Amino acid sequence: MAVVTRGFGGRRPASERPVPPGQYLTDDFPVLSTGPTPNVDAPTWEMTIRTEAGVEHGWDWAGLQALPAEDVTVDIHCVTRWSKQDTHWRGVPVDALFTEVETAAEFAVAHSFGGYTTNVPLDDLLDGRAWVVSEYEGEPLAPLHGGPVRLLVPHLYLWKSAKWLRGLTLHLDDEPGFWEQHGYHPYGDPWSEQRYA
Amino acid sequence: MEHAPAPLDGNCLAGPLAGFFTADVTVVTGCCRHCGDVAMMGASVVYRHPMGAVARCRACTAVLLVVVEHPDGTRVGMAGLAWWRLPVESGPG
Amino acid sequence: MTAWHTGQVVHTEPLTASARVLTLAVPGFSGAVAGQHVDLRLTAPDGYQAVRSYSLARVGADEVVEIAVDEVPDGEVSPYLVHEARPGDLMEVRGPLGGYFVWRPGDAGPVQLVAGGSGIVPLAAMARARATVTTHGAGLFRLLASVRTHADAFFPDELGQTEGLTTTWLYSRQAPAASSRPPGRLTRYDVETYAFAPDAGAHVYVCGPTGFVETAAALLVDAGHDVARIRTERFGGG
Repeated sequence: MAVVTRGFGGRRPASERPVPPGQYLTDDFPVLSTGPTPNVDAPTWEMTIRTEAGVEHGWDWAGLQALPAEDVTVDIHCVTRWSKQDTHWRGVPVDALFTEVETAAEFAVAHSFGGYTTNVPLDDLLDGRAWVVSEYEGEPLAPLHGGPVRLLVPHLYLWKSAKWLRGLTLHLDDEPGFWEQHGYHPYGDPWSEQRYA
Repeated sequence: MEHAPAPLDGNCLAGPLAGFFTADVTVVTGCCRHCGDVAMMGASVVYRHPMGAVARCRACTAVLLVVVEHPDGTRVGMAGLAWWRLPVESGPG
Repeated sequence: MTAWHTGQVVHTEPLTASARVLTLAVPGFSGAVAGQHVDLRLTAPDGYQAVRSYSLARVGADEVVEIAVDEVPDGEVSPYLVHEARPGDLMEVRGPLGGYFVWRPGDAGPVQLVAGGSGIVPLAAMARARATVTTHGAGLFRLLASVRTHADAFFPDELGQTEGLTTTWLYSRQAPAASSRPPGRLTRYDVETYAFAPDAGAHVYVCGPTGFVETAAALLVDAGHDVARIRTERFGGG
């Protein structure tokens, strides 16, 4: 349907191993934003988990650093069709934040400084499948990429990995986040190409 | 040195919203539901995220409008606008 | 105006070391006004697509789109348009677009144009449209154009002799020997010396990178220009 433009390829390396359908590899880490980059200093950073019963659990920067961190090497997939392989992160598995959280909720909403939100089933944040990360490629996570702390849920499209994380709220029902309210898929599995609702 | 993509002016909403309204959206005046600022959409601050264009209030940065070009049709969220007013005449002056 | 039209490159012409003019034949494209832009959609053989907006450098002829593209290093589309595209190549075009940052031949009064870098493109389209107005009613135009060096200037010869237009080049990195102004960024002094005075009541159009536009708009307001008469267009790259 679309007209092919001769010689146009974008700036994309060849794929060496499978990427999800409709995705293209990039060596860059495109910076995409929906608003001004929040200016959050690590020393004053805080986050909370609020359960469906209204109980809050909080961490400051020192509290997060005191939890056991892991080095994580994963592929990431953005719904805007770029994928990046073998990215290196360091952070705390989300499980470590839930050791004292009592909840019957099946759904979570991640909240960012700056107002961004995204919804993820709680099971997808647990069992070693998601991290709260503060380092990327051996360096403190830059503000442009969500620093000081972002969520990393690499098995879902990257919009689920909320930058500038300030908290999670837990819900009995699935509540759409920012992009999900505007027609993006509530779950966002890249291998099933769940781009749009 | 990496930079965040700089926001653009509301002028760039014209393409994604072409055909959605009979008026050119950039000369439509809107009122921010959050702070009450009144301005033409062309004066809003637009972050042209590839998932969708996000127009923010020039005064308080609240989200005014989100335009997502879905394969099955363009979808516009306008929850941040209290009202819109069509221009009597188009063009400056 | 909403549909994507198929455009074909018919001519390219170098403008500076990093920029060139592309002319496309676009059946169905008509009615453009100076200051408007088009969206270009490029599709790779494997289906990958990218969309970018470019201001029209000239308006008047229907079914012709003329843009001037400056290469954004590491960009995805602009390096292709500046170095690779050649006559015969196809790409999709949507437009003309935008009714906010425009000048129409019937608009009365003087006009102040303020350009940073390749932000001069839509302003050049306005000056070119002004030059075609033959009645005596059209107001005078002034253009303040900030560029790194003389070699980075777009259309310097033409804009030095466009009917109704007075152009002042401001060099930010290196000024020609004949220039009395030391190289540097746009200042309050430049605005007060080379632009229309606020009481001239000029409509002001500012276009350039975000930082330039914000600085220029603030200087103009500080110098006494009515914020209601200032229109801005920031451009992003890629």
